[in-house]
Amino acid sequence: MNAPNTPEQQAMLDRFVRQNKLFYGPDPAIMENHRIEARSALEERLLSAPVDAHKVNEVRGLITAALDESNTMIEQMGAAPGAKWGDMTTGIFTAAGDLSMIAPYGVGGFAAAVFYPIKFVNKYWTHEPSVGVHDGDGFIHNDARYGGIHNTDQSMMMPIFWNEKLVCWISATIHEGENGATEPGGMPAAAESKFDEGLKMSPFKVVEKFELKRDLVTFLQNSVRDPKLQLEDMKVRLHSCLRLRERVIKVLEEYGEEALIVTLRKNIEDVVEEVKRRIREMPDGTMRTMSFADSTLRESALLKLNMAITVQGDKLTVDMRGSSPELLNRSINACQASFKTMLYSGWMQNVWPDLPFTMAVFTPFDFIFDEKSIINGSFDTPQAMSLIPLFKTMTIASVPMAKFNYSLPVRYTAIVAPQYDQPATLIYGGLTQHAEFTGNFCADINGMGQGGRSHRDGEHSVSPPFAAHCDIGEIELMEEDLPLVRLGAFTLTKDRVGFGKQRSGMGYEQIHTFRGSAMWGYMTGCSGSLFPSSQPLFGGYSSPTYPLCKIKNTDVFEQLQKNPERVPFDIIKLMNEQPIEGAAYSTHPMAMTFELAAPGEIYMMCQGAGGGYGDVLQRDPASVMKDIEEDLISHDTAREIYKVVFDAASGVIDEVATAKARADERKARMKRGVPYDKFVKTWNTPEPPVNLPYMGCWGDDVSEVYGVMMGQRVKMSGAALQSQFMLNPKDVYIASLEAQVAAFKKAEAGAKAAGAKKKAAPAKKAKKK
Amino acid sequence: MKKVLITENLRIDLDTEKWECRSCEAELIGARENYKRGLLVHNRDPREIHKPLLDPAKYELTYAPNPDWCRILEYYCPKCGSMIETEYLPPGHPPIRDITLDIDALKAQWKDRPEVSVPPADKDTRQRIAHGGQRAARMFTGEEK
Ligand SMILES: [Zn+2]
Repeated sequence: MNAPNTPEQQAMLDRFVRQNKLFYGPDPAIMENHRIEARSALEERLLSAPVDAHKVNEVRGLITAALDESNTMIEQMGAAPGAKWGDMTTGIFTAAGDLSMIAPYGVGGFAAAVFYPIKFVNKYWTHEPSVGVHDGDGFIHNDARYGGIHNTDQSMMMPIFWNEKLVCWISATIHEGENGATEPGGMPAAAESKFDEGLKMSPFKVVEKFELKRDLVTFLQNSVRDPKLQLEDMKVRLHSCLRLRERVIKVLEEYGEEALIVTLRKNIEDVVEEVKRRIREMPDGTMRTMSFADSTLRESALLKLNMAITVQGDKLTVDMRGSSPELLNRSINACQASFKTMLYSGWMQNVWPDLPFTMAVFTPFDFIFDEKSIINGSFDTPQAMSLIPLFKTMTIASVPMAKFNYSLPVRYTAIVAPQYDQPATLIYGGLTQHAEFTGNFCADINGMGQGGRSHRDGEHSVSPPFAAHCDIGEIELMEEDLPLVRLGAFTLTKDRVGFGKQRSGMGYEQIHTFRGSAMWGYMTGCSGSLFPSSQPLFGGYSSPTYPLCKIKNTDVFEQLQKNPERVPFDIIKLMNEQPIEGAAYSTHPMAMTFELAAPGEIYMMCQGAGGGYGDVLQRDPASVMKDIEEDLISHDTAREIYKVVFDAASGVIDEVATAKARADERKARMKRGVPYDKFVKTWNTPEPPVNLPYMGCWGDDVSEVYGVMMGQRVKMSGAALQSQFMLNPKDVYIASLEAQVAAFKKAEAGAKAAGAKKKAAPAKKAKKK
Repeated sequence: MKKVLITENLRIDLDTEKWECRSCEAELIGARENYKRGLLVHNRDPREIHKPLLDPAKYELTYAPNPDWCRILEYYCPKCGSMIETEYLPPGHPPIRDITLDIDALKAQWKDRPEVSVPPADKDTRQRIAHGGQRAARMFTGEEK
């Protein structure tokens, strides 16, 4: 064996490796580490001494106000629709890059992902002579592989120096939308490789001496469909950061750098201690759950997210083994850093909303993933529509954590069933009435119904599952900028609700059309049209499934001019009554790659309901009648699901008959129910149904995972997942048509050979996607 | 006789080490067992609950789940018929063991905790805020006076 290197030799070796690195890709040492860094020597010295809690409180208050101000600046000035509806935030980080605080009304997931690229800049660009990190610099980033949720979000990250020393980082992030991907709007379902995803900015310097570098800005503008938007929001993020910087400098002048450093660090250390205490307080054990997405956005497939959370003492382990393998040519993969960020966002919305918003909450957590799973996707997978697994990620922990927390003598928030978890809205693109190209998404993404809660029903259309305060925005403002017209906007979806003792909040119907554009189209990127999205809790029912409905080959504006009374703004009536003659009515899964539409054609979908909480037979009959009064459910639902007996005309409940109907139903349940051990003998199958395109483990055993490779079912070891490659849906469709043609020809030849005069029987009609 | 509430519908008696139904107080099965083994199960066609709202004669998708993709397992208390749990699964997927508790650890944890027979008042917002560090947090939860 060679003698160990001398320090000089080692330093030379390190320098050589550093100077000859071919490509600064995402660094696993950064991307797989969600924990806060160890204290710096300075932090160690400051925090070992007594800390003035009052001073910390004052500094924290000033920074919170500054974050609020800079966030409000984005909201007021931002050009992206996402900025108008609250999909943004500003944040402040320790010098090492750990997130300490975010704006009070900011989207925490954004800031909780930005610490990854800041740590990348610290590690790689600080000592890189051609880059460097200096006062007045600003860095941009959008590629989720380096930290983030998806590459439609863009961040500005700025170091703050004091006495020529880096004391902290600040950031501003906006869901920007358009990013030059293969489809407009920044969330391409059609991306088959990462090179179809549009802009993929690793962290780089785009601001020097507090000014945007116009050559780089031009390059970025040249790479997207909406160059105006790109410039405007880069300016907005820069100036929001500059204002925040100004306020932080004031704090440094007034309180000194030590007070700032102590405050930022103490904030995260206190959170770590509190989280450990909360874990200790929970019962030891393992809670399991799973969640299914039913679409790759190109074809229907059942993709499993499998979760086991184990608590032992003050350790908490999130085990995601057994989840679906990654799909090499579908855009719905997520890397593990994105997964942790969104799990965290949902956790802060539903489990511990009272904790300060810093990623330090997860520092005591351990994670276990299979390599190459859909939520631990490798570098080469497309991830532009990571929302498919990530929206499910936001709600998945609600179920196991409810089971850990129900027994606690103290609650930090209500026990709540999962919220609806699909980005159910249209993504649009084309030429506006102002003759400008654009592409973006509608804010309905923020209108999801909440799950039922232990003490009351869920709220209707309340927020996205990642930020409780996000707004839906003004339809009228949108209609000024875009050719979109909303015929039906916020009508709650009658009978489409998670039933339970406490029912879920409901979603609403969206009836979209457009006019005034010669080129306009849509895509949608949701699952949940075959298998319900929102899981129930403690014996409630889930949300229903939701289709995309279209009315084509017509111009609804002509109809509205001629016979306005014949066009109801209600999806169920429009689809069942088909009042517009000659139009083509159809339903589809809520996953559609971009297609152009004609003016006056109608596209309809729903924002969905959350999961129901508890046994429907325990719902107060008076609450059921109130749901009828509010037109949330039909009489049939009240009678058949909730077993309430009432007078249809007056709405008066027959309490005796209701009690009897419910007692009868309980008896009927006992009669039809089969003892568990006997039930599983006939229910359990050794593998998924043959015709179900299923991906993930089957049952509790995570050692074997199923996939679909080029249209064929495959089984693999969970410890050695293979990337799956999907067939082109058009090829699949062509193959089915060719099979039909072949069958026809064969039948024809057979008929001729037999000399039969009778016409051959028509071949079985191929199923359309 | 100390009982610990585990879900809206289930509790564990630490002395007898049994799962119990909170509606009828019946003993279901040993607390170290999968509680589902103490229940009745029914394989429900999801269209009976999430009924087709669009005309199935006209459309393939109707707001009702696809029964070839999804079934609802309903778990009932064998003594009173309360719905203890529901589970949405693809056909034939083995039910998951959703709750496994370390009963010895649970007993130790509750040794000095007063019994909670009614769940703590659910709150929209907390009444008291523990911003005073770890000691204040312990006072908030009652771990420290
Ligand atoms: Zn019972």
